[in-house]
Amino acid sequence: MPSNKSVSEAPITQLLNCRILRDHRLQNEDLWVREGKILDPEKLFFDEQAYADNQVDCGGAIVAPGFIDVQINGGYGVDFSQASDDVSAGISLVAQKLLEHGVTSFCPTLVTSPPHIYHKVLPQIKVQDGGPHGAGVLGVHLEGPFISAKKKGAHPERFLRTFSGPDTVMADLMDVYGGLDNVALVTLAPELEGSRWAVSELCQRGVTVSLGHSVANLSQAEEAVRHGASFITHLFNAMLPFHHRDPGIVGLLTSEHIPAGRSVYYGMIADGIHTNPAALRIAHRAHPKGLVLVTDAIAAMGLGPGRHKLGQQDVQICGLHVYVAGTQTLSGSIATMDMCVRHFKHATGCRVEEALEAASLHPAQLLGISQSKGTLDFGSHADFVLLDDELNVKATFISGQEVWRKTTQEQQ
Amino acid sequence: MRLVILDDYNLASEWAAKYIRNRIIQFKPSANNFFTLGLPTGSTPYGCYQKLIEYYRCGELSFKFVKTFNMDEYVGLPRAHPESYHSYMWNNFFKYIDIDPANAHILDGNAEDLEAECKSYERKIAEAGGIHLFVGGIGPDGHIAFNEPGSSLVSRTRVKTLAKDTIVANARFFGNDLSKVPTMALTVGVGTVMDAKEVMIVITGAHKAFALYKAIEEGVNHMWTVSAFQQHPHTIFVCDEDATLELRVKTVKYFKGLMHVHNKLVDPVLSVKDK
Repeated sequence: MPSNKSVSEAPITQLLNCRILRDHRLQNEDLWVREGKILDPEKLFFDEQAYADNQVDCGGAIVAPGFIDVQINGGYGVDFSQASDDVSAGISLVAQKLLEHGVTSFCPTLVTSPPHIYHKVLPQIKVQDGGPHGAGVLGVHLEGPFISAKKKGAHPERFLRTFSGPDTVMADLMDVYGGLDNVALVTLAPELEGSRWAVSELCQRGVTVSLGHSVANLSQAEEAVRHGASFITHLFNAMLPFHHRDPGIVGLLTSEHIPAGRSVYYGMIADGIHTNPAALRIAHRAHPKGLVLVTDAIAAMGLGPGRHKLGQQDVQICGLHVYVAGTQTLSGSIATMDMCVRHFKHATGCRVEEALEAASLHPAQLLGISQSKGTLDFGSHADFVLLDDELNVKATFISGQEVWRKTTQEQQ
Repeated sequence: MRLVILDDYNLASEWAAKYIRNRIIQFKPSANNFFTLGLPTGSTPYGCYQKLIEYYRCGELSFKFVKTFNMDEYVGLPRAHPESYHSYMWNNFFKYIDIDPANAHILDGNAEDLEAECKSYERKIAEAGGIHLFVGGIGPDGHIAFNEPGSSLVSRTRVKTLAKDTIVANARFFGNDLSKVPTMALTVGVGTVMDAKEVMIVITGAHKAFALYKAIEEGVNHMWTVSAFQQHPHTIFVCDEDATLELRVKTVKYFKGLMHVHNKLVDPVLSVKDK
């Protein structure tokens, strides 16, 4: 039936025969889209006396908000931290491929690097909308260099930095990064001298601050949260282990000292390798609403099994394990976001809605963008995925436009 | 009148839905000739709406050439409020069928000028050629729409203040908080419904039994406004066993004995596929 266009000439699409995630439940409702946003069909009916131009039968699929990955270092051979003259080509390649995993927005992540790398690479990465060309860029995640040498993980020690003093934190940040435009998230260690001022300054500029690669105790972590920090980078990894007399950063999950009205979120790599499923369950049960699934994927993600050369290093990919070639040393994660969602649901036994929200609503809330992303509420951006009951991605939509569909020839 | 008595709520809802379906299809509505239907809200017609949606889904019935006029709407309740009658009709009926939104009429309880809104509604009904079949329910106090006890039996669409009984009955939809229940409503008048070619009142449940008794076994009385339909040439009351509990055994036996005649109205059940 053609619509009676009294408010807008734009075509209205109605997705039928689907179960949509709304108000924390899967509901048998149709999803209505116009001009890239989710539409309220009741208002359309009564205010505009209009109806759909196109109807799409979803075949009973689950419709969830598009996944948001706030920690991803690269993929398909691309490493975002590499000094390159054409960083945007690498970002575009990964952004395009991410659509297959149901990711509609992401934060390209840069690991600890020397200032000249940040100065060269950062200006080339811009916040941009997603579309048929690929997932949208929400901003860069700067993981380091203001982190602890004792928990550097794979970050190069010689490029770690500290703050010169409480009055110079902004100067230090600008000196290292060159600027904070297009930066969405910064990971730092709160026990570093002066870091509380860095947390405040960053938060005031709208940057989300995350705690990670740190040996902070719980009080230091809580102080950082009081100053505005709201995320924990890959919980359990690169921090002190939970101890019953000083839970450390992990204790933020159940801390009584989180300021009223605020929440602490925490990233988890649910690939079955980087976190033992029992640990995943403990975290989830302690603070289910704060869990944010991240891939922390490295450049090897998306490359097939076997040996590959990445930068200066040879790696061996075997299933979901990536080893430094010829060794048993793990070299990073390569699980895709949809794999993480499936593994998370399987390992925790949580409801489908919880698994989906951990990859969509929670990261959107973390970044303060849940008014437009991460939900299927009326007025939100129409970024969503069609999934089967096993949570395999069947199709991905950005701004209401289909940008990827699984064909029968595709593997997995 | 016809008094059609079914064993339970589901059977009564189904009978009513089949009747509406047959009436629409027999009429052969088209772009030049719409079938006009008056519609109620509340828990009673819910089952009937479910069946009508089923018939649409199976391709047996279409609302493309049907115009609807709802009986009433609260005054001052935001249209998007989950308890508004707009919300009820959208969530329980319009959302699922193929009616043209321009043909679904509901009184606007937030209009600037309520009297003008009521007059405009009467005019729209007249312009649509009058109502072919007005479906309604009955309140525990015997009211039709919001024509509370004491309403004129020749009344037209207007603003009414709700009776205490009605407010109490509605409280369950507002968290049992009497202060949250709207106190005024716009409603079609008794006279407005009497103008319809045919009227079908659906009454189910023991709590409606006394009202049904007053409506059909006592005289025409403005304290039980549904009784006005004793003077309408084509009225059908569809009810379940429980709603007949206050009627005389003789009345019930008589009408039950007529079920084979009544059932000819719904059997065979027609389909748009029959062409």
